[in-house]
Amino acid sequence: MKIQGFAAGIAATFTILSTSTAFAVTEISWWHAMTGANNEVVETLSKEFNESQSEYKVTPVFKGTYPETLNAGIAAFRAGQAPHIIQVFDVGTGVMMAAEGAVKPVADVISMGGSQFDKSQYLPGIVAYYSKPDGTMLSFPYNSSSPILYYNKDIFQKAGLDAENPPKTWPEVFEAAKKIKSSGAAQCGLTSTWLTWIGLENFAAWNNLQYATHENGLGATDVELTVNTEPFVRHFQNIADLAKDDTFRYGGRTSEAKQLFLSGECAIMTESSGGLGDVIKSGMNYGLGQLPYYPDLEGAPQNTIPGGASLWVFGNKSDEEYKAVAAFFNFLSQTEIQQRLHEVSGYLPVTLAAYEATKASGFYDKNPGREIPIQQMMGKEPTPNSKGVRLVNLPQVRDIQNEEFEKMLAGEQTAQQALDKAVERGNAAIQQALGN
Amino acid sequence: MSPRVVFPNKVLPYLLLLPQLAITIVFFYWPASQALYQSVLREDPFGLKSTFVGFANFRRVLSQPSYIDSVQTTAIFSVSVAFIAMVIALLLAVMADKIIRGRGFYRTLMIWPYAVAPAIAGMLWLFMFNPTMGTFAYMLRSAGFQWDPLLNGPQAMALVIAAAAWKQISYNFLFFVAGLQAIPKTLIEAAAIDGAGETKRFWTIIFPLLAPTTFFLLVINTTYAFFDTFGIIHAVTGGGPGKATETLVYKVYNDGFVNLNFGDSAAQSVILMIIVILLTAFQFRYVERKVHYG
Repeated sequence: MKIQGFAAGIAATFTILSTSTAFAVTEISWWHAMTGANNEVVETLSKEFNESQSEYKVTPVFKGTYPETLNAGIAAFRAGQAPHIIQVFDVGTGVMMAAEGAVKPVADVISMGGSQFDKSQYLPGIVAYYSKPDGTMLSFPYNSSSPILYYNKDIFQKAGLDAENPPKTWPEVFEAAKKIKSSGAAQCGLTSTWLTWIGLENFAAWNNLQYATHENGLGATDVELTVNTEPFVRHFQNIADLAKDDTFRYGGRTSEAKQLFLSGECAIMTESSGGLGDVIKSGMNYGLGQLPYYPDLEGAPQNTIPGGASLWVFGNKSDEEYKAVAAFFNFLSQTEIQQRLHEVSGYLPVTLAAYEATKASGFYDKNPGREIPIQQMMGKEPTPNSKGVRLVNLPQVRDIQNEEFEKMLAGEQTAQQALDKAVERGNAAIQQALGN
Repeated sequence: MSPRVVFPNKVLPYLLLLPQLAITIVFFYWPASQALYQSVLREDPFGLKSTFVGFANFRRVLSQPSYIDSVQTTAIFSVSVAFIAMVIALLLAVMADKIIRGRGFYRTLMIWPYAVAPAIAGMLWLFMFNPTMGTFAYMLRSAGFQWDPLLNGPQAMALVIAAAAWKQISYNFLFFVAGLQAIPKTLIEAAAIDGAGETKRFWTIIFPLLAPTTFFLLVINTTYAFFDTFGIIHAVTGGGPGKATETLVYKVYNDGFVNLNFGDSAAQSVILMIIVILLTAFQFRYVERKVHYG
């Protein structure tokens, strides 16, 4: 607590020092949470923007993980020292939206820069997610991802499964996982990162099920969770049953399970498309497939919802600074920048032109599987169940769900009990966060 | 008993105290007063709207079943950490006292872990015992032991207790060694001549004479287990699985900085502050009576 305040103080001091030395150039700060290869992309983009013109200068600052970056931004805002741009993960979208007065809608910022935000250029699913119910675009989509299926081809062959055709539905995946375990081809058949994001939020959208009332929170903030209906219970009871003999193994609440897949312990994994870089780096013989679904559910597969992060602009800055931010966003929207971002990082291109350009360049022919996350998200016109999930306190609700899942996987409760409790506790937390 | 030091200058003592006072004000009184202030407010994360709610935050916190669970978790965790860290340190200190050759080297090695930051100590244990990547976890699993602290609450608890106690052993060891050195050898020799065995000498002479050190360490270890173990828990379990290792201080962090509920979080830190003040007062009032200062 103390340390964070102190760090924010230091950061604030630096901001003051750096802005006071600039006279002609308008400086803007960009707080982000990108590490490794993705951090290099951030640095390169800022450098290129700064060199492309002489009026504005963007300074990227790494602030830790996604939640840490959000917390640093909030602390800085409370201290009156907010950065200009902050990268906020999908889950924090509801938190930022509830903070009217603290943020400036991206649509307004762009129009202050003299141009208009042309929504038709962007992937529709992404635009819908980052807009207010009245359609005003609030944040700038930067990196988006979608969960897909990864599998180990060597283990598939050892188990006598078809290594070129991954299982498409959940029943097929469970069968394959059991066969892998019983044949001794691997210690564990199946694992998954982010059980909440993949197993609930995307599971709902992909199988066209309701996650919460009011279009999963996109229509209004006063929502009730509905993730304890039959399909959710069935899915998690299947997973809990497989967990009893380690056919399914749990890795942790975020992306820890990736390690189980990379080490060859587990043969199949559902993970974000953004995790592809590590899989490629490991040098394993991997294959990619669509996120599995339940064939008996009407409308499945529907479409997946965007994960990743977007860029938010804080309020109470000068017009000159907003012009600088607008110039930077225009720079980021360019097709060649988006195309490179997509190819280097594994995140999705956010403009249609960049997608078309990547297609035309033959990138997908050379890298089969890389188009899967885009097709999943774009394949069908979204229904009210599949536009996204937005809650004022989604991070907290996810924690509650994770706690109940952990007790379920430890054999302390059934899937029905776990989901009932998750809904009950989640609803109470939402009401409290709304101040009711 | 000890002669008093008297300062002829009236201002000098305050000047000498000033740096310490300044640090205490900036790092304790100011944040503590902020916590008191926040605990009676209800605020959105960005601080745009805040309303005075009196004791509503306290009432809500105390009525949560998860808060009572957390109190229980903290009690188990703190007692175990303090007990294990002190017993092992005492054992090692008594052993080290008997070594003639290489005593300094041995002691230096014993004190080393104290220099390790809590978060790093946590990572060390995590790397050894994490079921997805830990070496020891792999060995345990291959030996047929169902080791899975990611899902098994008691195992996760054992892991954080071990890590927290391990880190504190060095500190306790240092004080026990100093305490042992202060015990006059003549007393022990006299007892030996009277025919008292090693165990008897320890329980009737050494242990009672170490009481001031033991009491001091009890207070220090309790506060350590309450507060300083945050880094270890954060690195090793993050409070999970379920809420099996969510101690009070971890809950303060989680509700405040993850769930962005500052009012509840501040109320909890005020309650925590009161608990620790009471606990320390209790220790001084009742336990210290039994301590004999030589």
